[in-house]
Amino acid sequence: MRFAELKNYQSELRAFQLRLGLAGFMVLAAFGLLLARFIWLQVVQHDAYRAKADENRIAVVPVAPSRGLILDRNGEVLARNTLAYTLEIFPAQVKDLEATIAALAEYVDIQPRDRARFRKLLQETRNAESLPIRTRLSDEEVARIAVNRWRFTGVDIRARLFRQYPHGDVASHALGYIGRVTTRDQERLEELGDAANYRGTDYIGKAGIEASYQQELHGITGFERVEIDAAGRGVRTLSGTASQPGNNIGLTLDIRLQEVAEAAFGERRGALVAIEPASGGVLAFVSKPGYDPNLFVDGIDPLSWEALNNSADLPLTNRAIAGVYPPGSTFKPFMALAALELGKRTPRSTIHDPGYFVFGDRRFRDSKPGGHGAVDLYKSIVMSSDTYYYMLANDLGIDAIAGFMKRFGFGARTGIDLEGEATGILPSPEWKMARFKRPEQQRWYAGETISIGIGQGYNAYTPAQLAQAMATLANNGAMFKPRLVSNVDNTRTGERRTLEPELVRQVTLKAEHIEFIKRAMIGVTKEGTGARAFAGAQYTSGGKTGTAQVIAMKQNEKYDESKVAERLRDHSLYIAFAPAEGPKIALAVLVENGGFGARAAAPIARTVLDYFLLGKLPAAAKRPVPEIEVDSDAESD
Amino acid sequence: MEIAGHSLHRLRERLVEGIDGPLFALALALTAIGMAALYSASYENAARLAAQLGNLAVALVAMWLVAQIPPQTLLRLAVPAYVVALALLLGVALAGEVVNGARRWLNLGIGRFQPSEIMKIAMPLMLAWYFHCREGSIRLRDFALAAVLLAVPVLLVARQPDLGTALLIACAGFSVIFFAGLSWRVLAGLGVLVLAALAPLWGMLHDYQRRRILTLLDPTTDPLGSGYHIIQSTIAVGSGGFTGKGWLNGSQTHLEFIPERATDFIFAVFSEEFGLIGNVVLLTLYALLIARGLSIAAQAPTMFTRLLAGAVTLIFFTYAFVNMGMVAGILPVVGLPLPFISYGGSALATLYIGIGILMSIYRHRNLVQT
Repeated sequence: MRFAELKNYQSELRAFQLRLGLAGFMVLAAFGLLLARFIWLQVVQHDAYRAKADENRIAVVPVAPSRGLILDRNGEVLARNTLAYTLEIFPAQVKDLEATIAALAEYVDIQPRDRARFRKLLQETRNAESLPIRTRLSDEEVARIAVNRWRFTGVDIRARLFRQYPHGDVASHALGYIGRVTTRDQERLEELGDAANYRGTDYIGKAGIEASYQQELHGITGFERVEIDAAGRGVRTLSGTASQPGNNIGLTLDIRLQEVAEAAFGERRGALVAIEPASGGVLAFVSKPGYDPNLFVDGIDPLSWEALNNSADLPLTNRAIAGVYPPGSTFKPFMALAALELGKRTPRSTIHDPGYFVFGDRRFRDSKPGGHGAVDLYKSIVMSSDTYYYMLANDLGIDAIAGFMKRFGFGARTGIDLEGEATGILPSPEWKMARFKRPEQQRWYAGETISIGIGQGYNAYTPAQLAQAMATLANNGAMFKPRLVSNVDNTRTGERRTLEPELVRQVTLKAEHIEFIKRAMIGVTKEGTGARAFAGAQYTSGGKTGTAQVIAMKQNEKYDESKVAERLRDHSLYIAFAPAEGPKIALAVLVENGGFGARAAAPIARTVLDYFLLGKLPAAAKRPVPEIEVDSDAESD
Repeated sequence: MEIAGHSLHRLRERLVEGIDGPLFALALALTAIGMAALYSASYENAARLAAQLGNLAVALVAMWLVAQIPPQTLLRLAVPAYVVALALLLGVALAGEVVNGARRWLNLGIGRFQPSEIMKIAMPLMLAWYFHCREGSIRLRDFALAAVLLAVPVLLVARQPDLGTALLIACAGFSVIFFAGLSWRVLAGLGVLVLAALAPLWGMLHDYQRRRILTLLDPTTDPLGSGYHIIQSTIAVGSGGFTGKGWLNGSQTHLEFIPERATDFIFAVFSEEFGLIGNVVLLTLYALLIARGLSIAAQAPTMFTRLLAGAVTLIFFTYAFVNMGMVAGILPVVGLPLPFISYGGSALATLYIGIGILMSIYRHRNLVQT
């Protein structure tokens, strides 16, 4: 090598070694960085990470409380919990759901209904660890699965408490039902700040008392501290707090009375609300058709849900509090009372009823062609004269009517302890102003007042409101808030909390006016439109028939072509109180498309009162009520 | 008897010949630590340990064989090795097996293997050979060509996708280029270019790779997804504390919180059980290994051997730094195992072949090549 080359070589070597040194330095720097990071994690932040490691290790597993029972006023169980075995799948641990279900079907009966329900649950509940594919396994099925359990991963048998409604569809709208907690329920719970109490709870009340008393019924969730691995599987339990079971709810309902009332409806649609006037306690709460809440307990399968949801009979609608109907002639006693109180009429005020009333260029017809002749206030109620009340409405004017009726709770929620109550419509100029947009619609026309008098026009009230008004009248003006629940019992301590009757208001009425109206209503059952239905009654009751023109219900309604005729028929109504002296029950009953009040509604009231007052059950064979026009309250133009 | 004893003695000498003491000791020490960690990470599964011992046996044989190969032969093997590896990589790209969403494996009758492993050795060999041939008159365009020789396999591997191995090969190749004397000005310019290219590079990354980098900045944004590894491993590392929880006592490990605990994340197991002290020992061993490698490189006689030694040593560094940085949560999660510690036969073999190369270079340090 030449010298120059050697020198070159030397400098190259030097350069190389410099770079090597640089690389070495970089390595040291990098390792220094790592060391700093280690010191940071393992010394400076050590405590924090140790805590996190512990947190990883110990999970708090919720222990669901057992739900409170629902009983009727005599201690009869209406909703209870039974223990049953379920076959559950852990979706996160199963690779092929379809294959697993198919394999399980070889050992346990799995219907397409079960599969459909499982798939629906899979979509709706995202937080659940395991979902049932089959519930209420028989002992044999449990044994078969237990023996073959090793063939499956992500499958287990659980013992779970199930809600059971021994009385099936009786009082279904009062009781309601429970269903799985959905994401929407979850959001609502979080808003209420109660989400922690529901960890581990799969079911929540969806309707009826189950929903409105959910908090009382639910109880308090317990917790267990469990050592777990990263897959969330429990390794062992360390400690825990027991759960506290929910409170039992005692209702004011009498289930026997309820059964009698529901049977009296037969296949017909409608509602009945019976209240104890002195306390507001609801004695019977009927909405027909009902549904079997037991269907919902397992998670209702899509087919049944479809059937219920899309039925033209709207079985899921609580007609008693959510259905609004014109009261028809049941409005008349209150109109008469208003007339007396406001001094527009006296008991002797008599008119001549030719069968129509003329207002402006319009003729409002009485349902009885030719009219009732000479009608005084008493007869106007007993025979249900429309003409009398057209005239009266005109004399009172809408403001006076609305002002008076408001005090009886018309057009306002009763405040009953259930969710989903409708307000109804008490027509008035203010209401019209708020309701409509165009000026010509917002104006109140004097002619509109006329039909208000006979409970038609814009009048729309729930059966519950009607019952409450009747109870208030029976109670001489003292209005108590209707309620279904009588007491709440703490299952742990045995302590009973009785709900006190709540006086909403005292409607100031002159005693003689009330007496008069009541007497007139008693007359209805003796010699008036309700006489046939109450013939032979061994007690004295007061009542009023009503026949209401059909107004389309506000919910989604599908008309079946062949039923159009039926659904256009008038609704049949009846309000009553009994006994005449010291009333113990006040009720309102409505039969959709039942025709004349006397025909359909009054006999149901008779059956209910017979049982309530006398313990008398209806005869097995029901004779049909003959179609004789005792009165007709329908307005016809 | 004497002859037999003499033969045994000769056999022993022949075996030990060429095996560099310090390198061997360090590699074995690291491997032994790896066994202990593996035993814990595999829940005291003796079968796993036995398998790794088997891997070790194969690796040691490979090391010994390579250590016997003189650097001149290595020089001659460089180009063929590279070409074969490149061809195999192309083969994978066209007909490789897809495992876990990545196409990295080739199935030849005898078994499956990853051509990218071969490229880890072939790349520095090739580039070292390349610069060695141009010794004395290396020009800028030579560096450019070297860059191309580097870029093609790296892109093929990154496409598999195997970001970790691509990174490793890139580092290996780049260190050869660096040691070969790439001018500082060009380096600076490249630095600027790289910074400028970050944006389009970001666009080329797969979704999950992007997420990995983002979760590095804040693992808690995706605690059950891509952030899970980092969160769990940093908890494991941090909870180890100063002295660790003791061998076989890592709760994070034994309660299945650390995914891939026997392979890429085995360092989390080690840190949890041996604490800061254990980590310092580990860092020291790696540092000593790298120091030995660099010193071998400094004393290497030819350009080829210098470059090769430097590159191989930096491969060890890259493995160790990237893996430990990833587990400790300061680098994004890329799939690089911890050298000598992570479970895996082919990785271990590659590492010991690297050791063998260093040994061979050191053994022939006094030979002068024209």
